[in-house]
Amino acid sequence: MIRIENVSLSHRDMPILHDITLSLEKGGITALVGPNGAGKSSLLSLIARLQPLQTGRILVDGLPVGSTPSRLLAQRLAILRQDGAVASRLTVRELIGFGRFPHHQGRAGAADIALVEAALEQFELQALAERFIDTLSGGQRQRALVAMTFCQGTDYMLLDEPLNNLDMFHARQLMRSLRSIVDERQRTAIVVLHDINQAAAHADRIVALRDGKVIADGTPNEVLTEDNLELVFGYRMQIMQIAGRPLVLQHL
Amino acid sequence: MPDRRLIILAAIALAAVIAFMTVDLRGNVAFVLHLRGLKLLALLQVAVAIAMSTVLFQTVTANRILTPSIMGLDALYLFGQTALVFTLGSLGYASLDGGLKFAAEVLLMIALAMGLLWPLLRTRMDMNLMLLMGVTLGLLFRSLSALLSRLLDPNAFSVVQMASFANFNTLRADLTILGTIATLGAALLCWRARHTLDIVGLGRETAIGLGIHWTRTATGMLLLVAILVAVSTALVGPVAFFGLLVAALAERLMQTQRHALLLPAAALVAIIVLVGGQTLLQHGLGGASTLGVVIEFAGGLVFLALLILRSRT
Repeated sequence: MIRIENVSLSHRDMPILHDITLSLEKGGITALVGPNGAGKSSLLSLIARLQPLQTGRILVDGLPVGSTPSRLLAQRLAILRQDGAVASRLTVRELIGFGRFPHHQGRAGAADIALVEAALEQFELQALAERFIDTLSGGQRQRALVAMTFCQGTDYMLLDEPLNNLDMFHARQLMRSLRSIVDERQRTAIVVLHDINQAAAHADRIVALRDGKVIADGTPNEVLTEDNLELVFGYRMQIMQIAGRPLVLQHL
Repeated sequence: MPDRRLIILAAIALAAVIAFMTVDLRGNVAFVLHLRGLKLLALLQVAVAIAMSTVLFQTVTANRILTPSIMGLDALYLFGQTALVFTLGSLGYASLDGGLKFAAEVLLMIALAMGLLWPLLRTRMDMNLMLLMGVTLGLLFRSLSALLSRLLDPNAFSVVQMASFANFNTLRADLTILGTIATLGAALLCWRARHTLDIVGLGRETAIGLGIHWTRTATGMLLLVAILVAVSTALVGPVAFFGLLVAALAERLMQTQRHALLLPAAALVAIIVLVGGQTLLQHGLGGASTLGVVIEFAGGLVFLALLILRSRT
C-alpha cells in the first residue's frame, strides 16, 4: 500500500499540492485525472522520490520515501515520466534490459534476459528490438519506455501519461496490457490519464485533482458525474452509460 | 568474449607502443629504453586519464560535446603557472621543487572541483548552473593569466608558453609513477562503475527510478573526473580537446553507449593517438612541434565536424 500523508508542495511560493492525504491499496489500476497544472505529475514524482518531500510523508509498503535506499525502492516501485529523454545510441532491447538493473546491478542472468524477451513480446517490439532509440517514432519510443517500466517487475508502477504519442490502436493495446498485467500478477498501477474515457473504461479507481487538491475519489461511476467533472475541468459535459461504465462526451 | 573491434583497437595500440619503444633504437640501448619507457608510462597514463574522464563527464552531464576542461581546471593550472613565473621569475620557476609543485597543483585543482561540486551535493543545485560556474571561473583564470603574461618580459613569457601545452619531454620518474598509480586507481573505479554509468546516461529521473542515488553518484563521478584531470594536467600540462576527440571517435567506432565497451575503446583510441602521434612526431617529423599543438589542432577539427554533423541531422 502507498500511503500519502499530509503532503504539500510549493515551488517558489507557488503552491502545487495542498495537504494531500491518500491511500492507494495494492492491486488494481488507479487513474489520476485533472486539468493541466493540477499537480498529478508532481504527486507521482514525489512518490517516486524524483523530488524531495517538503512537508508530510509518503510510505511505500511501510518504507518511508526519502530515507529508504533508492535501490530498495526501485525494486518495489517503477516510474515512467512524461518526457523520458534517453540517450540515443541504445537499442530497444538494451533499453528494456535496463529495467532489470535494480535487481541485478548490471549482471543480467538468464531470468532477466527471459523477462526482457517477454516484455518485447508483450509490447510487440520484437521487430524493433535491435533498432536504436533515436531512429524510432515518438509512439514507438513511448512503447519501449513503457516496456522498460514493466520489465522492472515492481509491485507498483507509476505511469505519467503513458498514452502520450500513441495512436488509438496502441493506446487501447497498452491499457489492455496494463489490465492483464495488473490482474494476472496482482500488481498496482497508478496512471495519469488525460483521456477521461480511458480512465472510465479501464480504471478501478479514479482520483480527480484540481489546484493541488483531491476533488473526488472513488470508482468511475462515483467520480464521473456531471457535477464532479464541472468542478474539476470547469465545464459541463454529458455522461452516458455503456455496459455499466460511464462514457463522457467531453468533446461536445 | 571481448568485442572484435576492441581486439583490433588493442592490436593497433600495441603496435603503436612497440613502434614507440623500438623505432630508431641506437646508442646506449639500456639508457634509451629507460628514457622511452618513462615517457611511454606518462603517455599511457595521460591517455587513460583523459579518455576515462571525458567519457565519464559526458555521461554525467548528458552532453556529448563537453569536455572536463569546462570545469575550469586547466585554466586554473595555466593561471598557476603564469602566476608562479610572474612572482618568481623564469629562473625561480625553473628551480622550483617538482614534487612539491606537482602535489600543490593536484591539490589546488581538486580543491576547485570540490568547491564547484559542494553546492551540487548540499542543496539540489542544477548541474547546468555548476557548469556555468565552472565556465565563469575558467574565464576568470584565463583573463588573469592573460593579464599577467602581458606584464611579463619576453623570456619569461616563452616559459609560460612552454607550460601551456602538454609536454612529454621533461618528466620526473617518481612523479610519473605516482601519477600512474593515481590514474590506475581512478580508472579501476570507473570500470567498476560501468553498469551504473549506463544507467546514469539515461538521465537523472530515469536513473533515480532505476534505483540510483543520483546526487551521491553524480558528485562521486565528477570528483573522479577532477582527480583524473588534475593528475594528468599537473604531470604534462593541459590537453583540452584531446578528450573530445577520443570520446567521439570511440562512440563512432563502437556504435553504442554501453560503458563496458565505451570506456576501453576510448582508452585504446587515446593510447593510439597519443603514443602513435608521439612516435610519428619524433621520428617522422623530426620533433618539429610538440604533440600538444598537433592534438589541439586535430581535436578542434573533430569538434567542428561534430557540431556540423549534428546540426545537419
